[in-house]
Amino acid sequence: MKKELLYTIPSLYRDDFRIQGYRFGHGKKALCVVGSMRGNEYQQIYTCSQLVARLKKLEGEGLLKEDREVLVIPSLNPSSMNIEKRFWPTDNSDINRMFPGYSLGETTQRIAAGVFEQIKDYENGIQFASFYMPGQFSPHVRMMKSGYENVEKARKFGLPYVVLRIPKPYDTATLNYNWQIWETNAFSLYGSATDVIDEKSARQLIEGILRFMASEGILKEDIENSELSEPRVFTDRELLAVRSKTSGIFINLAEVNQRVEKGQQLACILDAGEGEVTERLYAPADGVVFFAHSKPLVYANTAVFKLLA
Amino acid sequence: MIMTVVSVPLPVDEQLEIRKSRFCPDNGGNGRRISIVTGIHGDELEGQLVCFQVAKRINEHPDRLLGTVDLYPAMNPLGIDSITRGIPGFDLDMNRTFPGGSDGSFTEYLAARVVEDLVGSDLCMDIHASNIYLTEVPQIRINELHREKLVPLAMEANVDFVWVHGANTVLESTLAHSMNSLGVPTLVVEMGVGMRLTQAYADQLTEGIFHLMGRLHIWKDEEIAVKTPIVSSDSSDVIYLNAPVSGIFMKRKNHGEQLKKGDEVGVILNPYTGRILKRLTAPEDGWLFTIREYPVVDEGSLAARILKNKGERQ
Ligand SMILES: [Zn+2]
Repeated sequence: MKKELLYTIPSLYRDDFRIQGYRFGHGKKALCVVGSMRGNEYQQIYTCSQLVARLKKLEGEGLLKEDREVLVIPSLNPSSMNIEKRFWPTDNSDINRMFPGYSLGETTQRIAAGVFEQIKDYENGIQFASFYMPGQFSPHVRMMKSGYENVEKARKFGLPYVVLRIPKPYDTATLNYNWQIWETNAFSLYGSATDVIDEKSARQLIEGILRFMASEGILKEDIENSELSEPRVFTDRELLAVRSKTSGIFINLAEVNQRVEKGQQLACILDAGEGEVTERLYAPADGVVFFAHSKPLVYANTAVFKLLA
Repeated sequence: MIMTVVSVPLPVDEQLEIRKSRFCPDNGGNGRRISIVTGIHGDELEGQLVCFQVAKRINEHPDRLLGTVDLYPAMNPLGIDSITRGIPGFDLDMNRTFPGGSDGSFTEYLAARVVEDLVGSDLCMDIHASNIYLTEVPQIRINELHREKLVPLAMEANVDFVWVHGANTVLESTLAHSMNSLGVPTLVVEMGVGMRLTQAYADQLTEGIFHLMGRLHIWKDEEIAVKTPIVSSDSSDVIYLNAPVSGIFMKRKNHGEQLKKGDEVGVILNPYTGRILKRLTAPEDGWLFTIREYPVVDEGSLAARILKNKGERQ
C-alpha cells in the first residue's frame, strides 16, 4: 500500500486541505473507492478506513492481484468533517454537486475536477453515499439509470438489494453519474447509517466490496458466498412512501429491514405540547421497511418510511 | 390584502406560511397580473426594499392601478428570519426544489404550492442579491432556452446588464426555469449583495417594474424612461477572476467601473507578513460587473467578473 497526497489546497490560517489516497497494487486501474464527501458522513469515512485496514491485511497475506490497482479515498472533505459542518466551510457548497468539476472554477469545482481527473479512468467506482433526508436504509447498491448502468455487476456485491435511480436534474453533477458518463461502472453503496457509526453495517458493505473484488479478479481467492441469496433489483419508484400528514414528535415503531403487514402501525406522531397521539402511520401493503426516518421531530408531508412490497 | 399561499404546521406550535400581498383595483381590474417574488435565498435582502417601494407607490396612487400586483417578499420565511440562505433544517437550496410535487417532501410541497399560485401571471420577477460574497450591478440573467421571450422584457426592466447564459441541467430545478417552462415569463434579477440593502438599486429596479407594469397595462402613468442595458449572450465575453491563493481579499475597484487592461481589481493579503500574496489584474479592457465583498478567500473563490469591451460598446 502506498499513501498518496491526491489533492491539496494551501490555506492561510487552517492546515492545508488534503485529500489522501491509499493505493494497492499497480497496473490495470481496476477499482476506486470513495468514502465521505460531506462533513456528516461519519459512517462512510469509518467504513472506508476499515476497508483500507482490511486491504492492507489482505495485501500482507499476498491475496491481492499484483497487476490490478485499487485506490481508496476515505475522505474528499476533511475540512468540513473537522468542524462538523456538512458542506464546504466557506461557501456551503456540496462537492457531490460539482462533478465533473472545473479546474479554473470555484473551490469545490476545483476539488471535484482535481479528484475526478485521478479517478475517472478506473474500470469500477464505488462511493459510500448518504441520502439527503435523515434516515436509515436497508443496505443496498444504488446506481443511476443513465443508460450506462451495469446491473449484472451490481449483483456481485451480494447485498440484498440493487436500486436503480431515475436521475433528477441535480443528479447530473454527482460523482456516480459522471463516473458512468466516463464509462466507469459506478456503484453507490448505502449502509444503514450516516451520522452514527454502525459496525455491523460497515462490515456488511466491506464484505460486499470484497465479494465484488473477487468476482472482478482483484482478489486471488473467492469469498465464501454460500448463504447469500440473489439480490432483488428494482427502481426507486417502486418503493411505497408512507407520508406524515402532521408535524410533531416522531415515535418510530418499525425498524429497517423489518417485514410488516398491511395495516400494521409503523409510527405515531405526538403533539409537542400535550403529548397526545395526533397521527398514526400504517403500512399500506405487506412489505419490508427499506427506509425509515430517524429524527426525533417530523414535518408534515415527509416520506418517513419507504416500503418494498 | 395579505393572502396565505401555503401553510404547513411545524413540529412545535408554529405554522410556516408563505404569504403574498395582493393589490388590485376595487372593481377587480383588467385581469392582467404581475408577480414580484423575492427571498428564496434567506440571505438575499435587496428585494425587500423593492417590494416595500412598489407597495408604497401603489398605496400613494391607487387610481393608477389597472390590474393585479402580487408581492411575495418572503418565499423562504424561515431562512430570512434565521439568516440562513437555504431552508433551515434541511440544508437545502430552495431554488433547487422547483417545480416541487404535492406528494413529495415538505420542501417540494411548498415549491409546488408556490408554482401553482404564480401560474396565471403575465410576468413574474424573481429578485436575488447574489450572495454574501459578491456584489453585482443590477442585471437580469436569462437561460438561452427562453431568450426569445425574455430578452425583450428584460430590455424594459431598467437594469444595466442582461446576461444570456447557456442551458444547464442543474438549473432546471429553479423557480424561473419551472415558471418559464409553464409559460409564465419569469425574469431573474441579481443585484447588490447579500445581507445588505442598496437604496439606489432598489430605486432603479422599482422604476423598471413600474415601466414594465405600464407596458403590461397594469399601471397607467406617464412613460417612465429606462436604461438600455448591455446584452451579452456569448459566454466567451465574460472573464472570471478566481482567487489563485487563499488569503484576505481586498477590492481595489468597484462594481460598474470600466477597466483598462492591467488595472488592479483587487489584492490578496497575508496579515501575518504584511505582504501581498497576489494582485488580481484585468487581463483586458472591460466592465467590472461583479466584485467580491467578502474578504476571506480560498483558492478558487470568485473575486470578480468582467465583461470584455467590444467594438460597438464603450
Ligand atoms: Zn439568490
